[in-house]
Amino acid sequence: MPTIVVHVMPKPEILDPQGKAVGNALPRLGFEGFAAVRQGKRFELTVDGEVTEELLGKAREAAETMLSNPVIEDVVAVEVVTSEAAS
Amino acid sequence: MARIGVVTFPGSLDDRDAARAVRLAGGESVNLFHSDESLQDVDAVVLPGGFSYGDYLRAGAISRFAPIMEKVVDAAHGGMPVLGICNGFQVLTEVHLLPGSMIKNEHLHFICRDQVLRVENAETAWSSDYEAGQEITIPLKNQDGQYVADEATLDALEAEGRVAFRYVGFNPNGSRRDIAGITNERGNVVGLMPHPEHAVEAGFGPDSVLNGRRGTDGLSFFTSAISTLVAAT
Repeated sequence: MPTIVVHVMPKPEILDPQGKAVGNALPRLGFEGFAAVRQGKRFELTVDGEVTEELLGKAREAAETMLSNPVIEDVVAVEVVTSEAAS
Repeated sequence: MARIGVVTFPGSLDDRDAARAVRLAGGESVNLFHSDESLQDVDAVVLPGGFSYGDYLRAGAISRFAPIMEKVVDAAHGGMPVLGICNGFQVLTEVHLLPGSMIKNEHLHFICRDQVLRVENAETAWSSDYEAGQEITIPLKNQDGQYVADEATLDALEAEGRVAFRYVGFNPNGSRRDIAGITNERGNVVGLMPHPEHAVEAGFGPDSVLNGRRGTDGLSFFTSAISTLVAAT
């Protein structure tokens, strides 16, 4: 089944406490060379059937109004992934 | 008698404490449920603390779509006093009754402590029984309590006297400009992270200098609302 994937990230100007903690932990575990980490969210909206433009529009609206809070987050991508590509 | 509704969402924790605070302040508490489509003619509403919907998605993000919130928003726009405590504050920002948002505490830990606040605005519906500049101690307990907003919004809040409460001595969560609570333009909607409803009865409140657990500094939130309602009639 096709899936609409929504990616949400904290706004660049908003401090990301979780990403910062992960960023601080990486070198302690020997993963050197990463200057910063930001942590976001990925939503997978599974579609029962075909992804129409209308459905994609609804997904974009949900992404902007519910899945993200525009005060602190940006929707960075809304994309369709087919099951063949996913598997 | 002033009727003050307290909304229970799935995962609310402090609804009973809030209702008790209303009664101790001299009001009548009315239990409201997230799925209700009527405010039962209450005169004011409290959105209590807790972890509604487990804080899934974002704190307050799912509760704001509850059927009763539509009524609360309409009533707030009409001037009804609305207080959001902790998770209730998060719901008020998610539903855009108050600006800004809360993100995870800067130090990433859940924190629970008796917190000193300064009353910056003693003219809101929920702070009129305090003196401007008064320092009060009430419990604070949160995980996602870091208040954030863009600089223009913060400047506007400061300029318009809409920072209602500010942390004193210690900023427990990294909130911008030590902001603990804010109000809307009209002063009827107030949200804050600390918990006034846990400091309303001697023996169960925060420690004071003189006595353990004697603090009742939170009671004036609720008497303020009742005074405001009485003055309006």
